[in-house]
Amino acid sequence: MKAREIFERVAASAGHEAVFALDEAGEGAAVTVPDKPADKAKAGAGQGHADAGRDASFHARPADLMTVMGVLRDDPELRFDFLQNLTAVDWAKREVIQVVYHLFSYAHRHEICVRVDLPRAAPHVSSVVSLWPTANWHEREQFDLLGVVFEGHPDLRRLLMPDDWVGHPMRKDFQEPKTYRGMPTSRPSPLDLLVTYDRAHAPKPQVAPAAAAPAPAPPKAETPS
Amino acid sequence: MSELVLVNGEDEMILNMGPQHPSTHGVIRFIVHTDGEVISRAEPDVGYLHRAIEHIAEKCTYEGFMPYTDRVDYVCAMTANHVWASAVEKLAALPVPPRAHYLRVISDELNRISSHCIALGAMAMDLGAVTPFPYALREREYVNDLLEELCGARLTYNYHRVGGVGWDMTDAWRDKALRFLDHFEPVIDEFDRLITMNEIFVKRLANLAVIGAEEAVAYGLVGPNLRAAGVAFDLRADMPYATYGDILPKIGWQTPVGSGRMGQTGDAWDRFWLRVEEWRWSVKILREALDQIQATPRGEYLIAPKRLRPKGDAMARVEAARGDMSCYVVGDGTPNAYRARFRTGSFNAMGLVREKSRGLMVADLVALIASLDIVAPEIDR
Repeated sequence: MKAREIFERVAASAGHEAVFALDEAGEGAAVTVPDKPADKAKAGAGQGHADAGRDASFHARPADLMTVMGVLRDDPELRFDFLQNLTAVDWAKREVIQVVYHLFSYAHRHEICVRVDLPRAAPHVSSVVSLWPTANWHEREQFDLLGVVFEGHPDLRRLLMPDDWVGHPMRKDFQEPKTYRGMPTSRPSPLDLLVTYDRAHAPKPQVAPAAAAPAPAPPKAETPS
Repeated sequence: MSELVLVNGEDEMILNMGPQHPSTHGVIRFIVHTDGEVISRAEPDVGYLHRAIEHIAEKCTYEGFMPYTDRVDYVCAMTANHVWASAVEKLAALPVPPRAHYLRVISDELNRISSHCIALGAMAMDLGAVTPFPYALREREYVNDLLEELCGARLTYNYHRVGGVGWDMTDAWRDKALRFLDHFEPVIDEFDRLITMNEIFVKRLANLAVIGAEEAVAYGLVGPNLRAAGVAFDLRADMPYATYGDILPKIGWQTPVGSGRMGQTGDAWDRFWLRVEEWRWSVKILREALDQIQATPRGEYLIAPKRLRPKGDAMARVEAARGDMSCYVVGDGTPNAYRARFRTGSFNAMGLVREKSRGLMVADLVALIASLDIVAPEIDR
């Protein structure tokens, strides 16, 4: 099913104000590979096709997330039974944390991406664990690394970082603490500690005193003559 | 390192397993609540191998991040290379020459063979059958030698590039690869006789830790674990990428699925057997790919991007040895990624261990972890 049909079906069931900003990019806009090597080099300049780099997606209003997700999973025409990926992006300049859900349907082999913008100061959103159990660990990881609070999550604890860690390391303004439980979190580079000798201006090698002092006269051998 | 803690006044005993336990396939810790030999729940505690690879992605350029992707999954590094390369190519809409696609398929499949060697050999050894392990590792050595000759590394390959692959293959290498396939095919049958169909082994694994299709989909199992549960879905066939679309129809591809031959569908034996089947299919894919690559122009294996400053976001999916590995990458018009995220097969599988461990014997927990082919660095990244 095409992104527009999916979007309209969701809007019809969940309410037209619940979903917005449909982005159909990518669909129908196939990447064209030029034939001539010279054109290939040009195409490889990092600009390429304007639309090809995006997945079809739409935004959902945070308050309506559960309704939207419920429709996406349960509508027999949509049947998004696999939460393929759940991640969050910290848009610090916009003061937004965007939670991104990539859904896939094994039944219909189509996919869609749903975005939810949350205020960065208090990123709270409903947990989708009740719809897709796999979301459990995904949400724990995003809570751990970005501090997104998934309301209704059965077990919202840190996943990767230690339980007593302070802060959320994937936030753009995260400052790594100097120590953790008295252990330094960084160490000086051994290269900075490396002592280099300037050979040109190095002090002249000290003549060993033993060698400078006149050697004690050897016991006089009794030489003939 | 295991220690026993008796919970006051209860019959429940808490057993610490890991993080340095030989059968946890890396550094994972389980807090196992048991009643005698029966597990009431096993709580996984992960993060011991967290190297913040996603954070490193924000600190280096798109091309410069490639060696780090090897460390996402060091048992099957080639597909991690592949998924990063495809994600960036999709993001920046970069063309990839056909020969590079074939070289990616060939290197991916060789790496899949070697990864399954570890998975199957180590699983048999975890359950007490020591002999198959060196047999499997012997074959893995041949693959490592081949890949070393192709890209210079035996484990962390850094072979794929944004826009192609790092080096072309030679005719001599192609002959060696074909010779390896001739050698490897009978070895699969030997391996079947040695362990897969071994009566003791079958009895040990049949009907153990059964994961049905519905549960597998709900918990997001991917790859061999999903197919063993009876869901016929393989990214290579169902959403073909690289040149799989040209290869698979030629070899009469049929996605292998678990059928409950020795017990229920989706038991530990099905997961073991399915990986053996994947060996067979990998060999067929490799033969076809090594044949078709001859038609592509020699030396055109990389279109290096210039001034890579993509904007937007893209998601790429690749069938890795542990299933659908996906990479989500966000660009903001600078040489570095703004955000990258790897979603791996082991991460999803690990989320299911707590549910599945209920009612298992302590010794079966090891079988469950091994049959899901969990590799710790993939969970923590």
